[in-house]
Amino acid sequence: MPATGKPLDRVDGRLKVTGAARYTAEWDVPGLVYGAVVDSSIAHGTVQAIDVAAARNAPGVLAVLTHENAPRLQPLPDKVGETQFRGEGGITETRQPLQSAAIEYAGQPLAVVVADTYERARHAATLVRVTYAGQAPQLAMATASRKTLPETFLGNNKEKLQVTVGNPEAALAAAPVRLEAVYESAITHHNPLELLATIARWEKRDGADFLTLYDTTRALEVLQEVMATSLALPKESVHVICPFIGGAFGAKGWLYAPPLLTAMAARVVGRPVKIEWRRQDMFAVAGQRAATRQTLTLGATRDGRITALRHDTLTHSSQSSGFTEPCARVSRMLYAVPNMSFAHQLAHLHLPSPCPMRGPGETVGGWALECAIDELAAKLNLDPVELRLRNYAEKNPETGKPWSSKHLRECYARGRQLIGWDARNPQPRSMREGTQLIGYGMATTMYPAGRREAKARATLFADGRALVQSATHELGNGAYTVFRQISADALALPVERVRFELGDSSLPSAPTTGGSTTTATVGPAAQAAAQAVLEALKSLAGRDPASPLHGAAPEAIEAREGRLVLKSSPATGEEYGAILRRTKLPSLVATDGAKPGEEREKYSFYSFGAVFAQVRVDEASGTLRVARLCGVYDVGRLMNPKTAHSQIIGGMAMGLGATLMEATHYDARTGRAVVRNLADYHVPSMADTPDMQVEWLGIPDPHISELGARGIGEIGCVGTAAAITNAVFHATGRRLRSLPLTPDKLVNS
Amino acid sequence: MHPFQYQRAESAEQAVAAVAPNPAATFIAGGTSHVDLMKEDVHRPALLVDVSALPLREISAFEGGLRIGAGVSNTAAAYHADVQRRYPAVSEALLAGASMQIRNMATMAGNPLQRTRCPYFRDPTQACNKRQPGSGCAAIGGYNHVHALFGASAACIATHPSDLAVALSALDARVQTLGPRGPRTIAFPELHRLPGDTPHLDTVLAHGELITSIDLLAFTGRSHYLKVRERASYAYALVSCAVALEMSGGKLQRVRVALGGVAHKPWRLPAVEAMLAEQPPSEKLFRAAAQAAFADARPLKHNAYKVPMGRDLLVRALLETSGLRPLQGPAGTAFAASVGGVAGQLAAPR
Repeated sequence: MPATGKPLDRVDGRLKVTGAARYTAEWDVPGLVYGAVVDSSIAHGTVQAIDVAAARNAPGVLAVLTHENAPRLQPLPDKVGETQFRGEGGITETRQPLQSAAIEYAGQPLAVVVADTYERARHAATLVRVTYAGQAPQLAMATASRKTLPETFLGNNKEKLQVTVGNPEAALAAAPVRLEAVYESAITHHNPLELLATIARWEKRDGADFLTLYDTTRALEVLQEVMATSLALPKESVHVICPFIGGAFGAKGWLYAPPLLTAMAARVVGRPVKIEWRRQDMFAVAGQRAATRQTLTLGATRDGRITALRHDTLTHSSQSSGFTEPCARVSRMLYAVPNMSFAHQLAHLHLPSPCPMRGPGETVGGWALECAIDELAAKLNLDPVELRLRNYAEKNPETGKPWSSKHLRECYARGRQLIGWDARNPQPRSMREGTQLIGYGMATTMYPAGRREAKARATLFADGRALVQSATHELGNGAYTVFRQISADALALPVERVRFELGDSSLPSAPTTGGSTTTATVGPAAQAAAQAVLEALKSLAGRDPASPLHGAAPEAIEAREGRLVLKSSPATGEEYGAILRRTKLPSLVATDGAKPGEEREKYSFYSFGAVFAQVRVDEASGTLRVARLCGVYDVGRLMNPKTAHSQIIGGMAMGLGATLMEATHYDARTGRAVVRNLADYHVPSMADTPDMQVEWLGIPDPHISELGARGIGEIGCVGTAAAITNAVFHATGRRLRSLPLTPDKLVNS
Repeated sequence: MHPFQYQRAESAEQAVAAVAPNPAATFIAGGTSHVDLMKEDVHRPALLVDVSALPLREISAFEGGLRIGAGVSNTAAAYHADVQRRYPAVSEALLAGASMQIRNMATMAGNPLQRTRCPYFRDPTQACNKRQPGSGCAAIGGYNHVHALFGASAACIATHPSDLAVALSALDARVQTLGPRGPRTIAFPELHRLPGDTPHLDTVLAHGELITSIDLLAFTGRSHYLKVRERASYAYALVSCAVALEMSGGKLQRVRVALGGVAHKPWRLPAVEAMLAEQPPSEKLFRAAAQAAFADARPLKHNAYKVPMGRDLLVRALLETSGLRPLQGPAGTAFAASVGGVAGQLAAPR
């Protein structure tokens, strides 16, 4: 019985609920001192003077770093791996902290106070006096003076941001039915439970500087390279450790001021330093999903064939990041539309840098598309599911490539059954219960099924246990559990005898955890390493005169239930540990890797799904509640239905939050985040989240890897917003085209 | 956070004596709001006098009503059988606020003394006359989504966030205090102030004056609390409404109404109360009352939505309290108070 596919409990669940799992801020590092950050109260200008005398003289203070005295940093690299860092479409804020007096956003770090206790550091930080030379900040996309048209998303030539397919203008002009609508979405913040934190420790190793970082990162190797480049160190002189992350959702990967400030402070004071950021700081330095203004233009025949689709996005970034929310990610592939164009315009504002947030582009871009499709269905007097079926894409409409595996029709069919779609009265504003209007809505969801290269190391021990390691990350997603299952199967061992380790840059290389790629990426690497160590063991046994397998060629031997046996005679064989013990080897190690091949060029890899929502709206008070959410997903073969279910309902709840309540407002004059706490920045409470019915088809993707498994971290978040928004239309007859759908927008006025 | 001294008071007298002479001293009880503000560098007390161990944690019969000790937790008061039965508005207001963990810590005197949720008050880099008198008001020209419709001034447009205070105002509760000049009684509607040009003063309490109990007077009528918020649980009111009314012979006798989320204090509506007295209850009457109630509302750039929301809420609260419309959940529970109910249920139980 394979372990994969079983609903195994989280192997780290007990550690987490008992507090035994060690998160970044909890490492007990001898001699640790504490940093507190002073941030900018203005969004644009310069620091004219910064008076640190009172802070410097406060009890326990060891140092105050400002742009005037902080160590100099080298510029960030242009690219790390395949990811473009700098310039338009690049991923990160290239401004290095404390290197100049310039201020580009409110909340920008201006000083770090280091003291012997956290409380003393925080208090001394309040004593720093900054004199500003302020300039008028640019805070509105519409009026920004610097607007650009980035060419690609993160430098990926396969994801161009300005695209035309066919002749959309002519097709729109000729279309008997046209629809144009503008959709706006608010800035939202990831706000993971665990705050950003770094501990930095410098030491001399062989006379050279060596930096150990404990950091809340889901990008161990990228961070290692960023730190090495910025601090002019060899990459090998930076060691990054992070065995547990308390949620990321797109944060904790691509913005580096927090670890750089900590490393600089530790260098200055000559002691290990910890900086743990406060919740209010998360609205400035942790990244955000930028606001968008999206114009959807559709042309269609009267019988519902979409002939043209334009999706034009205006979004924003900071002054020194080119990150562009790629809103057309869904539009470009979801329907069989012959004529399409996608444009992304980026306004550079005096606001903090955005970064990916769960379903970057897909969550808000897919919302706009799927709302526009719903509007078109209403205009054509067609069932929203039927309109989608009439435009079902049998191949990728942009590239013409076949899908690796697509079973979306089954998702629609099952989803409409689950929610009771056909029993509803399709007429908008026709269903009522007491003072409440009832509505049903649906949307298609998708997520790219990415895969990258990774390596892993497998070790067999003489006691019959095994360890598999890779420099991947545990975000709370279940990585420890799923990779233990995959490793156990590949080693032909029960899961109890296999451990999986991650979260350390000294382990075999694995990429950043993001883009729902980790299962598909690290799973095959773990399999490869397991295979390699078993091959080594086969050779060892074959060469050992005392082994029952002596003389057998490796091809004639197979691993079965913790034993190597002859394929031709499975009763002949012995346990792994017996081979090692007899040959006096404490362990046997092999490292191997796996990467995608030419299948990525042949096929278009995506997961799909259909989300259905039932809502109730009380127009008199403006309250909207989601009564039911049903999602049916085509996500390949599931490694663990239990952790998968948790990930998908978590994604749906996050999508629900973005739809109903999440929004960050920056003051239109000062550019400071107005609300900076989790009492007033609303994420869904339990009372906001209904029972979510989740099903999956469970059909393996035959091309992605031998495992047939795709990542599922984000697809639950995508699609939920449009399903709810479309249900609100069905309930009320009103099109609300601005997220979130808060009571002020819903209330009768 | 600022360095501070801490001491635990053994008696109310000792607590008052410790705080009164020291302008930088404050009381602390549950600390659920105060400690947050200290961490945000908004409150900077030099001395905290802990009153949580004082013997003020009883709920007892008092002159036909109930005396609720200042240190009774919000949870204990909300679930107290006499409170829930005789003053359901109080239980509803408490249970529709905060979270269970916070209610377990927060006290009955502390709750009405919590500070505003105006976000500019919580950001020490921004102008706020309430935090720093004379510094200005960043909210007036800023993002004033949660701010006041009534009684605001050129110095401050903040609202009071307490749900409990709205219910206590409608019930004309009495506040017993012990101050440097001895004990006194304050009618609850007089406890909080309008901002005027002294918005740093939320209440009429003197420095060092300690609330010792909140007294609910004898009352045999009906009371009810309704709240609209941006999520189904753990969110401050956008608008709320408490009603206390007595009926006789099919007519309303005395009606008392207070709105929350619309002013610097619970906003009593004396004209509306007069308009409703001695009238047979009807939706038409209530709609007319709601029109009158909001006639002098002064919406700001981002809070005009509160006017239609508040009008409807007032009508709904009057309908439900007078029995013309059923409560949306059992009286004395959050389900009765939370407009919209919780997710997952198709509709509120009838």
